[in-house]
Amino acid sequence: MIFIDTANHISALAAKMAKPHVIAAYPITPQTTIVERLAEYVESGQLNADFIRVESEHSAMAACIGASAMGARTFTATASHGLLLMHEMLHWAGLARLPVVMVNVNRAIGPGWNIWSDLNDSLSQRDTGWIQFYASSNQEVFDNIIQAYKIGESEEVMLPVMISYDGFTLSHTSMPVEVPEQSKIDEFLPPFKPAWKIDVENPITHGNIVPPEPYMEIRYSMQRAMERAKKIIEEVGEEWGKKFGREYDLIQEYKCDDADYVMVTMGAISAEARFAVDELRKRGEKVGLVNLRTFRPFPYEKLKYEKMIVIDRNVSPGLGGVVYHEMKKTGKDLYGFIAGLGGVDVSYKDFERIYELAKRGKEGWYPLEVK
Amino acid sequence: MVSFRGEIVAIKDLPLDEYVLKGHAACPGCPITIALRIALKALGKKTILVIPACCTAVIEALYPKTAFNVPILNIAFEASAAGASGVASALKMLQQKDITPVVWAGDGGSYDIGLQALSGALERGTNFIYVCYNNQMYSNTGIQRSGATPYGAWTTTTWTGKKERQKELAEIVMAHHIPYIATATIAYPEDLFNKMKKAKEIKGSRYIEILAPCPPGWRFDMSKTVEMSKLAVETGAWVLYEVVNGKMEFNGYSKRILEGKERKPVEEWLKMQGRFRHLKEEELAKIKEMLDEKWKEYKKLYSSETSPDK
Repeated sequence: MIFIDTANHISALAAKMAKPHVIAAYPITPQTTIVERLAEYVESGQLNADFIRVESEHSAMAACIGASAMGARTFTATASHGLLLMHEMLHWAGLARLPVVMVNVNRAIGPGWNIWSDLNDSLSQRDTGWIQFYASSNQEVFDNIIQAYKIGESEEVMLPVMISYDGFTLSHTSMPVEVPEQSKIDEFLPPFKPAWKIDVENPITHGNIVPPEPYMEIRYSMQRAMERAKKIIEEVGEEWGKKFGREYDLIQEYKCDDADYVMVTMGAISAEARFAVDELRKRGEKVGLVNLRTFRPFPYEKLKYEKMIVIDRNVSPGLGGVVYHEMKKTGKDLYGFIAGLGGVDVSYKDFERIYELAKRGKEGWYPLEVK
Repeated sequence: MVSFRGEIVAIKDLPLDEYVLKGHAACPGCPITIALRIALKALGKKTILVIPACCTAVIEALYPKTAFNVPILNIAFEASAAGASGVASALKMLQQKDITPVVWAGDGGSYDIGLQALSGALERGTNFIYVCYNNQMYSNTGIQRSGATPYGAWTTTTWTGKKERQKELAEIVMAHHIPYIATATIAYPEDLFNKMKKAKEIKGSRYIEILAPCPPGWRFDMSKTVEMSKLAVETGAWVLYEVVNGKMEFNGYSKRILEGKERKPVEEWLKMQGRFRHLKEEELAKIKEMLDEKWKEYKKLYSSETSPDK
């Protein structure tokens, strides 16, 4: 069935269809319409879940951790400063190996107050042990949320999953989304079978003081789980494709086969970049696009093109674009651009311009340094 | 002797079940394990402990071992009440309604860094028991001042004695309109047991605060923990009461003080503790004055609760 709705309402719908037992969330612009819709689902009896209306995002994540440790399926959603407030508990969920699923609606960080999109909020959570997905359309938002449960809850993974998408550009923009029947979702996503849980019949202590050597083993096991997650993400994406006709990988490639230059983007600007590729192709430019669907685990082995133009909607002050610097591991020729911070529009015209600049060997902050 | 309500009147009536096992890492004379041992005897096997950063997070034993015979979820310092909210919700949704989620937190994690999460959980009517064992300082990190540290007390962050008065968390909790609040201390194990047992039978948010005199933190001999608890009550430095659905009732020796029994001079309690060794006369006078003022408040509450209009 085709729904025409905003990414936030689509998120709430996807969360509902994944049948979480416990939702704990705190409102923050531009995430609010997700929690409003979920509250409505719960109160009207359309969703049999306990909705904990917590007093902060820190508590939202703590509550999800408590519930997930009991073997319950959980969901939360946040944005920007809310995500930053959760930071400590994001690490906790990761190290506790609890497959909490969360939507983060990307929004710039203050001061000054700015409610528009960039990816600094979620990229600041890089090392928390969360799998990170980015969506460039409302359809991807839906598909990623359902798949996130299957991936995170896989016994080979057991990690929390964050699905990020741009505030307003997607969160408040209606697009057509194909939504499968509940029965088909149920076939795809079986109930949560936790690898460990808190149980009075088996009184374990979880999270007590750990000596250095086993602590390092815990960290190593997490790294291995992230590596295994790449395979699981591919398998789950393939299964989704067979069932619902839209196949997913760690990255999405567009017109890359014969490309001399490949643009690399993440989030909503990928849709605009795709249009720019079509325009440039009309003029005979051999250019392609890679949209990074996953940021963690980072799919560097898939980024095999000789010349890549990386457009970061984020910045690590003192270093530069986060994705650009992470991609240095590929050993390819990279051209790094920082664009679109705090909601600055990046249109297909800008991508065409960035492509021209990269061809001339330029890089930097667009349009502050290079234009 | 066991009363028909399951209340006990003497230590010998405590159940023989042990949930605090040998091999835990508490200091000699630690009041926390005494309190937890009694509390778990009342709560029983179907209990889940949620423990934030605090002494108990060390006492419970080093990974991969455990010294408590109930499951424990450790969680970040300020997050225990929120974590327990998640546990309580999961218990409800997974149809495990006979299990009691219990936060077991220190005063630092309750009075200070965890106050927001605690207030939120109480306001939501979370179905859990929150226990604050109050040793009046950050003891796990080495005796630093907390919001529960009393006026005048030495800590490693108040070298010349704390200049401010402690706050009263149980009274802040009262403002949340929860069905059960109680204070206790380990000198009266049957009182602590009965309060835990009573709390277990009630639905909704329940709060119990236990005074936990800490030998290394308060600077007294490890053999004096029980004596220190008892004297705290007898001098009025600690008060025993219950608030059931908003109705306050003083208990034990505290009630007897209100009925006219002598309140021992607080110096008797203070002089046993190295942390008050440096007290000047005017500081002692201020402590006594604040205590008298507090007991006037209690007297007023006691009179209004026991007046014939009620």
